[in-house]
Amino acid sequence: MTMADHKTNKDQRYDRQLRLWGDHGQEALENAHVCLVNAAASGTEILKNLVLPGIGAFTIVDGHRVSGEDVGNNFFLSSDSVGKNRAQATTELLQELNTDVSGNFVEENPDRLLDNDPEFFHRFSLVIAVQLEESTCLRLGSVLWNAAVPFLVCRTYGLVGYMRLVVREHTVVESHPDNALEDLRLDQPFPELTNHITSYDLDNMEKKHDFQLPRNYKEKEAFRQLLREGIRKNENGTPEEEENFDEAIKNVNTALNPSKIPTAVEDLFNAEQCENITSQSPAFWVMVRAVRDFVQAEGRGSLPVRGTIPDMIADSDKFISLQNVYRERALQDAAAVSRHVESHLQAVGKVCKNAAFLRVVHCRALVEEYGVDTVHKDEITSCMDNPDSEMVLYLMLRSVDCFYQQHSRYPGVYNYQVEDDIVRLKLCVHSLLQEYGLTVNVKDDYVHEFCRYGAAEPHTVAAFMGGAAAQEAIKLITHQFVPFNNTFIYNAMAQTSATFQL
Amino acid sequence: MADGEEPMALDVGSSGDWDGRWRHVQKFLERSGPFTHPDFEPSEETLQFLLETCKILVIGAGGLGCELLKNLALSGFRHIHVVDMDTIDVSNLNRQFLFRSKDVGHPKAEVAADFINSRVPGCHVVPHFKKIQEFDESFYRQFHIIVCGLDSIIARRWMNGMLLSLLVYDDGVLDPSSIIPLIDGGTEGFKGNARVILPGMTACIDCTLELYPPQINFPMCTIASMPRLPEHCIEYARILQWPKENTSIPSLLVLMCLPLYGVALDGDNPEHIHWVFQKSLERAAEFNIIGVTYRLTQGVVKRIIPAVASTNAVIAGTVPSRENTALFAYVPLNNYLVFNDVDGLYTYTFEAERKENCSACSQVPQKLQFPPSAKLQEVLEYLTENASLQMKSPAITATLEGKNKTLYLQTVASIEEKTRPNLCKTLKELGLADGQELAVADVTTPQTVLFKLNFTS
Repeated sequence: MTMADHKTNKDQRYDRQLRLWGDHGQEALENAHVCLVNAAASGTEILKNLVLPGIGAFTIVDGHRVSGEDVGNNFFLSSDSVGKNRAQATTELLQELNTDVSGNFVEENPDRLLDNDPEFFHRFSLVIAVQLEESTCLRLGSVLWNAAVPFLVCRTYGLVGYMRLVVREHTVVESHPDNALEDLRLDQPFPELTNHITSYDLDNMEKKHDFQLPRNYKEKEAFRQLLREGIRKNENGTPEEEENFDEAIKNVNTALNPSKIPTAVEDLFNAEQCENITSQSPAFWVMVRAVRDFVQAEGRGSLPVRGTIPDMIADSDKFISLQNVYRERALQDAAAVSRHVESHLQAVGKVCKNAAFLRVVHCRALVEEYGVDTVHKDEITSCMDNPDSEMVLYLMLRSVDCFYQQHSRYPGVYNYQVEDDIVRLKLCVHSLLQEYGLTVNVKDDYVHEFCRYGAAEPHTVAAFMGGAAAQEAIKLITHQFVPFNNTFIYNAMAQTSATFQL
Repeated sequence: MADGEEPMALDVGSSGDWDGRWRHVQKFLERSGPFTHPDFEPSEETLQFLLETCKILVIGAGGLGCELLKNLALSGFRHIHVVDMDTIDVSNLNRQFLFRSKDVGHPKAEVAADFINSRVPGCHVVPHFKKIQEFDESFYRQFHIIVCGLDSIIARRWMNGMLLSLLVYDDGVLDPSSIIPLIDGGTEGFKGNARVILPGMTACIDCTLELYPPQINFPMCTIASMPRLPEHCIEYARILQWPKENTSIPSLLVLMCLPLYGVALDGDNPEHIHWVFQKSLERAAEFNIIGVTYRLTQGVVKRIIPAVASTNAVIAGTVPSRENTALFAYVPLNNYLVFNDVDGLYTYTFEAERKENCSACSQVPQKLQFPPSAKLQEVLEYLTENASLQMKSPAITATLEGKNKTLYLQTVASIEEKTRPNLCKTLKELGLADGQELAVADVTTPQTVLFKLNFTS
């Protein structure tokens, strides 16, 4: 196959996802190298959803040998995998999903790697750990935080799914908001727009091109009335049927929104990274600073014009010329921002078009979540006002980790253990709550339920988490769409979920 | 997780199972818990039921279907049938992971079944390379649960109708053993939903038709004379120019969406798409519109919906949990779940309610209110445009002078031509009387729907 053929084939293969994140998003994906620690079912399901869309490379770190139980719930193990190293066995079956992807494995326990070669993890775009014991998880978290490598923790524990994102600073230029308001600037028209609008001679227009534009800002209802009065009437005084007027009246609420700078963007402008630009500043902050400079100068308090307008009822040439007024202004504004960035020579176009949607996500380190002085007590306590909130599942996961620390196993793995482990687990819950000074009530039912789980990893919950985590990984790699911040809990019993900042 | 010693070699017993195989699932079937359904009895027999007796039908072997088959197989289900009328396309490979490049062109159901059967020993997936409409009640009746991963609302409604037709009423009371639960999932980009339907008991597909967003169809006057967007230019080439250059029927009849003679535009034929692309570019140049690309052209012509593996994985992951008592014996709080991971992750569940006068499941006689001077065309428009009915190409028959007469039928060209003049006749002219019953057939339902005609003044 020639290079050109291969490219066409890839375009066809990835067509359905290119329509979501574009060629540039795909390129970011293909340049990424992801590390998975532990090839349990949750992990291989995540990787499946990264290999299929064409991630550049993956490396699995796992020291376990494949057991019969593993083969039972993991699609990427077969009956002749038993006894083999789990990293190796799963890599083979994941690799064959997509020959564009490079699959690698390291037959090693992550603890040993952290002992002997922690810098091994520095090379990755993202590290994902599943079903990892608390102590190793915290160690790994620390190494990755210091190396500024994003870390995604994922686990399936019985009918509970858990994800935690740990990343110092993640910037998003294209957040693709679902229901964004348009940027029409009707309240603060720029000069070219005003000129364009006043060039319309409404009274002398042919009947079918009759329409009126707002000349000043009034109460919306009074404004609609103004619009209604503007509809041309026939000889009997009855208003004509004017589709474009109907459309205008319908859109008064959304079209006349004040052109304000969103709070999220104001926060960016006020951030320390924006204020202190140095030669080490990442491109994102240089551009944010340039946009801020623009707002204070040429923009006269406003962001660069977005340049797109929604479709509206009009004839073609009038629509196109109106569209061009906005487009040209957007290009001018982008050029002005470019001049502010001149000293760093960075590409600017996308940032301007998305200026209102720029986002930054900070997900704090695990050590802070676990620290007695830095735990988010208020968040936990207020959620637990409802004792059946997903927060109780988080507390139970922390409790089973305490149990593991004490007993070197999880509660209720074997039937004969269940009854006694309920008592032991309850003690762990109490000591956890005491350690963090949390005056909350954890119902006995949840202690019982978590013993029932016996640390099982049912495939369907692993599959759900595999999809959820993979999509967050893709957001991190492509810098498109906004990742969660920072703890996600899925309750597969009730089919509910929640996101907490811990 | 911490484990005892495991044998190095896999001892596959006569049942095809090995030690520990179902351990992850067993904890939920053999242990009681505080949140399970009050009627749930933990026992070792439930696993046996799953493995040996339970029969599941999966409809669709695409994005959701592949995920569903994997999830069911790894949860202990062995008797699975899968129905899909499609063959594999290159663009499926980014998410339909049971297929490889070498499988392109082959039937999805068959390739999917082969893959699962070889990867999951003991699992016996039976493929059917057929349309769902090719089966009748005797086929569907054999399943304990039916799970849908379809890409068409029409097909969903047909399936819905089929299961409703299986219901048995004894003296007006529904016999619960005639209910086959239907679990329906759908995805689009980063959004998805999954719902549980107990036919005859809970909201059916037609009860909530208004939840489905209407398809975007641009007004004809925009396409024909006032294009503004690149999409308008593409629709111009597709709807107006193609038939002109490829058929002998005047475009006026094209606008009435009547069947054509000649070469139909095939969205999967790259030459056809290229033709439309070139014509769209020319049209766009005339009006100074930018943005026509090959990718956009294909997307508009084929009405492509973006899709990724992760969303399908999430929705399919919720489906087995939504099966009633078969798997984990929990009662989900609500029957309808939606998911969206554009910004963080968002899930929401609610209880979809039955519609009192649902045309599919309510058994309430459907009414048509028209003056006798109304034309048959108006009745046809009502059947297709009404938000609760949304029929696609209804065929209307009535009993006149003791004989069954077809008033209008679209799907067979010769009959369409013969009955077309009836559209312009009034209901009175057609000989219909007040209180008359009209039988309407449509692709959206396997059974005809009876309407009572009431004349208004």
